[in-house]
Amino acid sequence: MTLFATIIVALEALRLNALRTTLAMLGIIIGVAAVITMASISTGASQRVEQFISSLGTNLLIARPGSSGMGGRQSGAGTSQSFEEKDVTALRNRVADIAAISGVVNGSGAIVYGNKNWQTGVQGVHADYHVARAWDVAEGSRLTDEDIRRKAKVAVIGKTIATELFGGQSPIGERIRIKNVPFEVIGVLEEKGQSGMGRDQDDTILVPISTARTRLAGREGSVAEPVQMMFISVRDGASMARVQEEVEAVLMERRNIRPGDQADFDVRNMSEFIQARTATQNTMGMLLATSAAISLVVGGIGIMNIMLVSVTERTREIGLRMAVGARGRDILVQFLVEAITLCLVGGLVGLAVGALCSGLVAHYAEWPVVMDPVYVILALFGSATVGLFFGFYPARRASKLNPIDALRYE
Amino acid sequence: MSEIIPVIEARGLYRHYYQGSQVVKALDGVDVTIMPGEFVAVMGPSGSGKSTFMNICGALDQPSGGSVKLDGRDLAGMSRDDLADLRNEVIGFVFQQFNLLPRTSAIANVMLPLRYAGISGPDAVALCERALTAVDLYQRMDHHPNELSGGQQQRVAIARALVTNPKLIFADEPTGALDSVTTVEVLKLFQRLNAEGMTIVMVTHDADVAAYASRCLHFKDGRIIDDVRQSERAAQ
Ligand SMILES: Nc1ncnc2c1ncn2[C@@H]1O[C@H](COP(=O)(O)OP(=O)(O)OP(=O)(O)O)[C@@H](O)[C@H]1O
Ligand SMILES: [Mg+2]
Repeated sequence: MTLFATIIVALEALRLNALRTTLAMLGIIIGVAAVITMASISTGASQRVEQFISSLGTNLLIARPGSSGMGGRQSGAGTSQSFEEKDVTALRNRVADIAAISGVVNGSGAIVYGNKNWQTGVQGVHADYHVARAWDVAEGSRLTDEDIRRKAKVAVIGKTIATELFGGQSPIGERIRIKNVPFEVIGVLEEKGQSGMGRDQDDTILVPISTARTRLAGREGSVAEPVQMMFISVRDGASMARVQEEVEAVLMERRNIRPGDQADFDVRNMSEFIQARTATQNTMGMLLATSAAISLVVGGIGIMNIMLVSVTERTREIGLRMAVGARGRDILVQFLVEAITLCLVGGLVGLAVGALCSGLVAHYAEWPVVMDPVYVILALFGSATVGLFFGFYPARRASKLNPIDALRYE
Repeated sequence: MSEIIPVIEARGLYRHYYQGSQVVKALDGVDVTIMPGEFVAVMGPSGSGKSTFMNICGALDQPSGGSVKLDGRDLAGMSRDDLADLRNEVIGFVFQQFNLLPRTSAIANVMLPLRYAGISGPDAVALCERALTAVDLYQRMDHHPNELSGGQQQRVAIARALVTNPKLIFADEPTGALDSVTTVEVLKLFQRLNAEGMTIVMVTHDADVAAYASRCLHFKDGRIIDDVRQSERAAQ
């Protein structure tokens, strides 16, 4: 008998027991659906983190006050002294392989334009911020060193704010008020999208750091010209690790910390982020693979059970088939095909349910999910393998029956 | 030119079942030769070994001793696959309980042996239609078994036995589940097939049923105690 004919026979047998077929597939359906959903959620998450990291740039160092422990930054800026303007100058002058460095002072407040207002974060930055973060303006002009020196009341706004406050019209040259201080909008930043944590990076305003200190931020401790964090980009071709060490050395010296002592600041480079992320991703992948394996085995046991029941129940049918000329192999293939078909159809339905669940998560949790075509192949291949593996024993048992015993079975 | 080969040639057939210390001698030395074109009824009391005899001759069961030649071929040395092919090509079975696949149309049931013979498509459909026409059920080929009367179901089963154009048909109490009218229906069909040259071996309890055959084997305690050839006129 041809394989095609065998498949037809198997499909007929499954159709005759539609309800049982469905129930038997349930384990596989749920298993595959769960795995697909989890996998697409985690792929979505890791893609988002990846985008964020590449949006920051891989040649970026970030320096912040506060010590770093195993779990990242332990304490906020309040417990240790912030950086100051002189640190920025010192680093710029003493570390040759710094391409650009910008201090940042964070503030927040209401932005008003006409009768519209918007609450957002305001960053006081140096002109090099555009270079360090590789974040140019899409429209208008960047902040300049001159703006910093003059403490100019100019602002470069993010895409989100441009849209929220100005709608379709060009904001360049318009006057806005930040914390009641009037500023002129000179530029609109390029769109960056969401950060790895889901924050909208385009919901920001850049103003000269000098202006921010005097007009927007409260005075910070005893430091005259405070800097809350620094973005440092490293020259192409220079070693990130070496530049990082040099930056650390300069800051240690300036903050009177002896070499070898615990630093009260933290310099990170993006490759550390990437490493940490890869580690999490591997763990996540292992968990996914394990749960996939467990659910497929559980589903497979369900299939094996139903196939054993089916073989027992259809013993007389098997006997009849043998009486009219079925070879052992025909019976074996028939039941194997039935088991594989059960699993494959289950896998397909599971795939559809998984895609649906991922879509729901994407829609309601506003979480980016990514359905990789590889999952489709894996789900189908995996479930077919389960069918083959768990269907083999029942099928073999059926094929080894003695014709007369099978025919007389009650 | 050559001599006619017997369809069945059984020599010294034994079939023993061991139940605990007890031995049941279902067949206890059976010798019989059945020639092409015979219509043989097998009679005898319950438990006398009729079904056992048929199952062994039909290659569904193996004897404990003795030999069976089917169409000149000795079953003893054949593999499981060869026996399956032999059942497919040489033998048609008709069972007391019809053994049709439920929820499956008459024509699909009839097609089953063809599938295992590797015949499919229009060829298979044509053969099935011919077999169903032979049993006068051409109009009902799309009906499922539960939509057919007992006699019609048994005729579908006979069409299934006929479809591969076998050398002989084994029927174990084919009328056992039928009423007197449908019994006659089926027996007339057998007679017609036999008249066309088909060899038929039919187990029955009923002397009236056996009367349709041209020869009658009487079993008792696993042996043939009587072998009677009747004139066809007597059967009518
Ligand atoms: N699988 C088996 N195991 C043990 N004994 C068996 C088996 N099959 C048949 N027998 C015994 O073999 C003997 C012959 O059985 P068989 O079925 O051939 O009788 P039969 O003539 O067909 O009877 P009936 O007319 O009731 O169908 C019986 O005594 C029966 O109990
Ligand atoms: Mg019997």
